[in-house]
Amino acid sequence: MNRHLSQRLGFFVLTLVALFTVTPIVAVIVYIFIQGSPAISWEFLTVAPRSGMREGGILPAIIGTFYLTIGTAAFSVPLGIAAAVYLSEYAADNRWTRLIRLAIINLAGIPSVVYGLFGLGLFVLFLNFGTSILSASLTLSIMTLPVIISTAEEALRAVPQAFRTVSISLGATRWQTVRRIVLPQALPGILTGVILGLERAAGETAPILFTGAAFFLPRLPGSVFDATMALPYHLFVISTQVPEMPIQIQYGTALVLLVFVLGMNLIATVIRSRARARRQW
Amino acid sequence: MSLNWALSLSYSINPDYTYMKSELTWQEFIITRAIKASGYSAIVFVALIFFFLLREGLPTLGEVSFSNLVSTRWYPIEDYFGIVPLITGSLIVTIGAALVAIPFGIGTAIYIAEIAPRWMREILKPLVELLGGLPSVVLGFLGILVFSPWLRVFLDLPTGLTALTGSLLLGGIAVPTVVSVAEDALDTVPRSYREGAWALGATKWQTIWRVTLPAARSGVLTGVMLGVGRAIGETMAVMMVTGNAPVLALSLGSLFSPVRTMTATIAAEMGEVASGSVHYHTLFFIGLVLFLISLAVNVAASAVVFRSKKRAERILS
Amino acid sequence: MNKIVIENLSLQYTDGTESLRGINMDIREHAITALFGPAGGGKSTLLRCLNRLNDLTDVEEISGRILLDGENVLDPQTDIIALRRKVGMVFARPVVLPMSIYQNLTYGLELAGEKRRSVLYEAAERSLKLAALWDEVKDRLDDPAIALSGGQQQRLCLARSLALQPEIILLDEPTSGLDPISTGKVEAALQELKKDYTIILVPHSVQQAARTADYAAFFLQGELVEYGDGAELFTNPKEKRTEDYVTGRFG
Repeated sequence: MNRHLSQRLGFFVLTLVALFTVTPIVAVIVYIFIQGSPAISWEFLTVAPRSGMREGGILPAIIGTFYLTIGTAAFSVPLGIAAAVYLSEYAADNRWTRLIRLAIINLAGIPSVVYGLFGLGLFVLFLNFGTSILSASLTLSIMTLPVIISTAEEALRAVPQAFRTVSISLGATRWQTVRRIVLPQALPGILTGVILGLERAAGETAPILFTGAAFFLPRLPGSVFDATMALPYHLFVISTQVPEMPIQIQYGTALVLLVFVLGMNLIATVIRSRARARRQW
Repeated sequence: MSLNWALSLSYSINPDYTYMKSELTWQEFIITRAIKASGYSAIVFVALIFFFLLREGLPTLGEVSFSNLVSTRWYPIEDYFGIVPLITGSLIVTIGAALVAIPFGIGTAIYIAEIAPRWMREILKPLVELLGGLPSVVLGFLGILVFSPWLRVFLDLPTGLTALTGSLLLGGIAVPTVVSVAEDALDTVPRSYREGAWALGATKWQTIWRVTLPAARSGVLTGVMLGVGRAIGETMAVMMVTGNAPVLALSLGSLFSPVRTMTATIAAEMGEVASGSVHYHTLFFIGLVLFLISLAVNVAASAVVFRSKKRAERILS
Repeated sequence: MNKIVIENLSLQYTDGTESLRGINMDIREHAITALFGPAGGGKSTLLRCLNRLNDLTDVEEISGRILLDGENVLDPQTDIIALRRKVGMVFARPVVLPMSIYQNLTYGLELAGEKRRSVLYEAAERSLKLAALWDEVKDRLDDPAIALSGGQQQRLCLARSLALQPEIILLDEPTSGLDPISTGKVEAALQELKKDYTIILVPHSVQQAARTADYAAFFLQGELVEYGDGAELFTNPKEKRTEDYVTGRFG
């Protein structure tokens, strides 16, 4: 066969493969929007479920996911950024640093349900935090940590080395250089990573199954030691555990979760592209 | 150009600044320590996870006889704790997922990195990233409502909730990992390699297969391993669509019947067991097995990267 | 009078690039000392020893002494923050920090704890005048520094180190990326500055060394080949290797 013909054939096949990979993504999103939007009403978003969850709204689940995301951020953002600063600005290239990197890679690969077991063992039982927002947030934080560390480190490393050298030569300490030059410059990149990490946490079910998720809770949680409903878990419950569940409520819940997650993704994308346009280096 | 007037303005060397010892020293000290401690936190967490899995999982070995544990019957209510069907369940679903994710992942990565025009790349990359961010419970939900009924009719099966359904869904979930890592690897192949091949008269197609892909093979391999790792550990989508029957899956025919994976078993049963019971310990033991698998996959994946970096350094120096 | 006394300084990087071998050298106060020679000779390395900027790179081994006003710079006990305020530096590529012109100028002082606005403003104005940049930027001090031309940026970098009122200024090929007019402005500013500062310059060409240097030192592969009065060294070098380089036979 003519080699130019084979190239054209090959390109054609790969184009099909790529299209076949992304079409389902678009299809899933569009389909859920179409099926779910009739369910969305003011009531659906602002009241608790009624009649064995077959009627009413999903407010406790929305608020719960919101709380869990905030709680996860409270632990994982400071810790993750500090760890990234250590790796990018302080750590020497030695055996310990390589061990840290290996640990981060491993954290990223541990199955989410194993995080759930760990959270149950450490936070719920050993530290006696109970099945609570606190336990679930801490569990999600550790799961989110590798995403935040690796994207934040990448953003920090992208700041030109020359800025650091100049700052140090003007009598700045390392921390002053980090705080006044490196962190502000890397901020958009770090923020993007943080949001992408939290997006994953907001959509996760397995880690909160045994650490903080409530099957049904008609009121809002009162403190961090209360369990909470959450959108992903609620979707799991109503699509597998509740017989004769109206299909519309299921799609509506899926849509709200999807909007929550895609909204975060969109914010991250906007921050990233605006920062790229405004960057001075 | 005279600067004398400027020099005479208010000029005197002021010793204040030059000999002022940094007053921030103790603050700096504390902050630096805190940052370093954060850096090491990842190691602490991996160790903690391992420790708690051991602590809660190892008692199983004393409570359940070894022959029971490696038997093919998982029926905890009657004290049958054979984890073999769960392992084969995970295995068959993961193999199926790999068969989907590898060709589609690598193909898409090659298309994005080497073939797609710029505007196409700008659309495809965020879309693939988006797939990585879709909650698996949403995919499982659609799997139950749309995908599995369709598959049942299409393949004429008694039920749509099979290992195959899980494999196809999981393949989709693993694709973004494969694509992003493999595409990064293809991107870092120096342009001069390609130009060298073109200069020798190779077509773009030949260059991709004989130069670019071989040069990026360790990165591509890493992507595949991490993607497979993700598939083994995936929980919700799998639990929702595989039917959850703990039967031994030994042949490809099992693809078309319900299976139950290790992850799904933990997720489905942990909520109902008493903490400290044999069943509880056994579920933690399964978690320990999963942890060790993911540890092995990730250590192997980073060893591949590390070794190929060494090789590149040797060649380049 | 000698501002800096370098005694038997040797240095080796971990990656085996550029090094220094047994450098002995006295650097005079209120004069321009040029360190010149082919690339890789150790000039920049020597500069970076003087303000301990080498602490940032992978130095395998360093020995000898650098006495600044009688105190050893290389002593681990040295307060390197104070040292770097005393020894300003300008780099080959103009690197303005990603902030306004004014903030670039006051950055060092603010780090040192200076908060009085009048002092900060005065320092900014004075150093801009010293660097011959005041007239060009006085109306737009709050503009981002990146908006300045290359020549202006380099003079801003010079002004930035002057704002800290250092005693010594190190310049590492400060005009390598500049056009002849900007280069002339920087050189003229240096001639004025030497009255009050000790200036150590790595020039970007032999011609610049000959034009500006009161004292000149020729470096070749980590060795100090010849060091002496500028006019003398360029017209009548004692060493064959210096002569070959100055007359353009290699390098």
